[in-house]
Amino acid sequence: MPLDARLDAQDRSFKVVGTRPSRPDGIDKVTGRARFGADMSAPGMLVGKVLRSPHPHARIRSIDASAAEALPGVKAVVTQADFATQDGDLHDTLINVMAGDKALYEGHAVAAVAATTTAIAQKALKLIEVDYEVLPHVTDVDAAMAPDAPLLHDDMVTQGVEPAPSKPSNVAQRHEFGHGDVEAGFAQAEVIVERAFKTEAAHQGYIEPHACLASVGPDGQGELWCCTQGHYMVRNTCAELLGMDISKLRVTASEIGGGFGGKTTVFVEPVALALSRKAGHPVKIVMTRSEVFRATGPTSSSSIWVKVGATKDGRITAGQAELRYQGGAFAGSPVEFGAMSAFACYDLEHINVVGYDVVANRPKQAAYRAPGAPMSAFAIESVISEVADKIGMDPVDFRLKNAAKEGTESAYGPTYGRIGLIETLEAAKAHPNYQAPLGPNQGRGVACGFWFNFGGQTCVNLNINVDGTVALALGTPDIGGSRASMCQMAAEELGIAYDNVRAIVADTSSLGYNDITEGSRTTFSSGLATIEAARDAITRLCERAAIMWGIPADAVVWENGHAKPAGPNAGDFEPLSLAEIAKVSGSTGGPIAGHCEVNAEGAGVSFATHLVDVEVDPETGATEVLRYLVVQDAGKAIHPSYVEGQYQGGAVQGIGWALNEEYIYGEDGRLQNPGFLDYRIPVASDVPMIDTVIVEIPNPGHPYGVRGVGETSIVPPLAAIANAVSHAAGVRMTQVPMSPPRILKAIDEAKANGGPGA
Amino acid sequence: MITVKLGGTLKGTAGGQEAFEVEAANVRQMLTKLESEHPALKPLLAKGVAVAINGQIYRDAWYQPIPPDSEVFLLPQLAGG
Repeated sequence: MPLDARLDAQDRSFKVVGTRPSRPDGIDKVTGRARFGADMSAPGMLVGKVLRSPHPHARIRSIDASAAEALPGVKAVVTQADFATQDGDLHDTLINVMAGDKALYEGHAVAAVAATTTAIAQKALKLIEVDYEVLPHVTDVDAAMAPDAPLLHDDMVTQGVEPAPSKPSNVAQRHEFGHGDVEAGFAQAEVIVERAFKTEAAHQGYIEPHACLASVGPDGQGELWCCTQGHYMVRNTCAELLGMDISKLRVTASEIGGGFGGKTTVFVEPVALALSRKAGHPVKIVMTRSEVFRATGPTSSSSIWVKVGATKDGRITAGQAELRYQGGAFAGSPVEFGAMSAFACYDLEHINVVGYDVVANRPKQAAYRAPGAPMSAFAIESVISEVADKIGMDPVDFRLKNAAKEGTESAYGPTYGRIGLIETLEAAKAHPNYQAPLGPNQGRGVACGFWFNFGGQTCVNLNINVDGTVALALGTPDIGGSRASMCQMAAEELGIAYDNVRAIVADTSSLGYNDITEGSRTTFSSGLATIEAARDAITRLCERAAIMWGIPADAVVWENGHAKPAGPNAGDFEPLSLAEIAKVSGSTGGPIAGHCEVNAEGAGVSFATHLVDVEVDPETGATEVLRYLVVQDAGKAIHPSYVEGQYQGGAVQGIGWALNEEYIYGEDGRLQNPGFLDYRIPVASDVPMIDTVIVEIPNPGHPYGVRGVGETSIVPPLAAIANAVSHAAGVRMTQVPMSPPRILKAIDEAKANGGPGA
Repeated sequence: MITVKLGGTLKGTAGGQEAFEVEAANVRQMLTKLESEHPALKPLLAKGVAVAINGQIYRDAWYQPIPPDSEVFLLPQLAGG
């Protein structure tokens, strides 16, 4: 089916979709009944603990665990030798889960123990003797690219460069995107702004640490309970790392206390399985907060150069950027997505973006909402605003004049279909916040953002119970309210009440494969599958009604939750409700269910515009966010409160990244702030109420027009806040986080150079 | 005959060539012919690519039809958080 044929008629009215019912998991979560990763337990359970490298870079000459193994209460010790050798895609995953011949960052797992108590496990870790040869380290992205930088991998030769370099380096790959001729574009410019920027690594900051309970029996059958965004991914990855058949491992996803992309890979899960297999007991591992910071994936840090040219009447003539992202000790930073999305908001004739994927002695980065895009947007949207300032044009009008629209050749190649960037800009301009007066030391910033979104493999079962209620089995962990949205879509299709549908996240042995909850895909793809499963069930329900009436199945239609004769010629029968058909299903052919298995394509891209007002204290450098507005295209908001929650959450995380959050490394290559006291995420008292406007430009690839909303909201905040702070402080800020010392330093330097405040 | 354009990084990996002509009615046929007629693309295709047809991005849809005169782009596999 062509994707644009999926969209239902636009005059369709909704009864359940677009309302704001209570979330099905709400009471469990506020009463403590909900079970998160650390809440599972099993008889005979052992405690698993991980020994981590104190060095940012060291060769591991040997590991002697004999003393630990001899300690009473210790049941197993594992090292990398206890995992299956990996030569393919999971090579780096294995090395990250458990180091081999080198420790590549402080906190890198080296060995693990399982013991009867936490105290014994911790004592055992101290008895493991690791003979390290300490090596020079590098943690800064620019330093890692220097010719004399310590090499992390002797065999890393930069890909994407012709001719291929003759020597290894810390640059894994060069990426390049764009079109046109930027030199010709800059030659047409009357104003050019060129700047360098830096962003520090931020953690996703999920409140729940990684936790799991693994149990492998003597027959080799394994079970795993864990908090994850993708339990099928966990199953397949762990089975590969452990050398197990996939069918022998059953994974159940717990409730999840935040993920934001950071729980899209494995860390302790395969370790717990290896320990359990060796010990013959269930093993639980719960990361400490320090471990979460030191050994799971934050974002990349970055170093970015941007150049934008424009005419004085506000037309951008060319945009150019160089992005350097370090992604920790392994190749795979999201610089490619940063490069693709860099100028995605604009309709430009001349664009060139080069990106470098760089390794450094830091933990392997993990996805974080729209991975790679916030950093490049920070730099590009800062320069876009500065150009607007220079030509004396309103920043929203400047963006409107250059905005991407239907028919624009995107910065990453394809031509856009129907998109909603212009509508978000117009809604921001029309919002009262844009007219609110500003006082002394206050500034306003605007920025736009883009993200791709995608669909992916999805499987849904919808079972009709005999009492007329519905059980919906989903395979995408609910990280943002998806169970409520799926219940709404099922209820909408079936014509029954929202409260009559209950959704669960099924384990990996109960439902077919589902891709990870990532890429803003779940409301789109699981929603599409839920709608199709409901329509499949309706076909079955109509067939049963036809049997009961003794008429052909195609003479029955489904309307408002009832089977009805299709017309006068079909016969004169009283409509049968879903409950009435379900009640006698055992006598009319057995259980009634609907299914859908799909690789959902057609997720629509998404755009947002953010508007923020701040006040900067010139004495302390502290920034207060006064007003914050998120305007974003949702395609169709299934549950508007959850959509608004995604918008607000992205803004709040962006405020943290922009003003406070950063990984701080000492000269010794060790993380200085692995805890929430020193790595401070925003709390409720730090932020104002985040205002939201939902724009709905339907996505033709979904029956209701849904576009993913989970990621785009993290893209504009760094730039929007930087633009606001720069206006408030009177000096252009080029590094996030814009912590008080950095703002004071910038103000002082501006004064010294005769700038504002001098 | 359709023209397949390579997005950004893929272009560099293909030795700078921006576009390839192939006879194909769907994504699978296009990828198979690209691989056989342009062996330099083989490692790139083996890594996995997304295909944009008339602006719509498909991550993994072998049998998606490609209408004549479509705009076809090969892009890196997308990821998300």
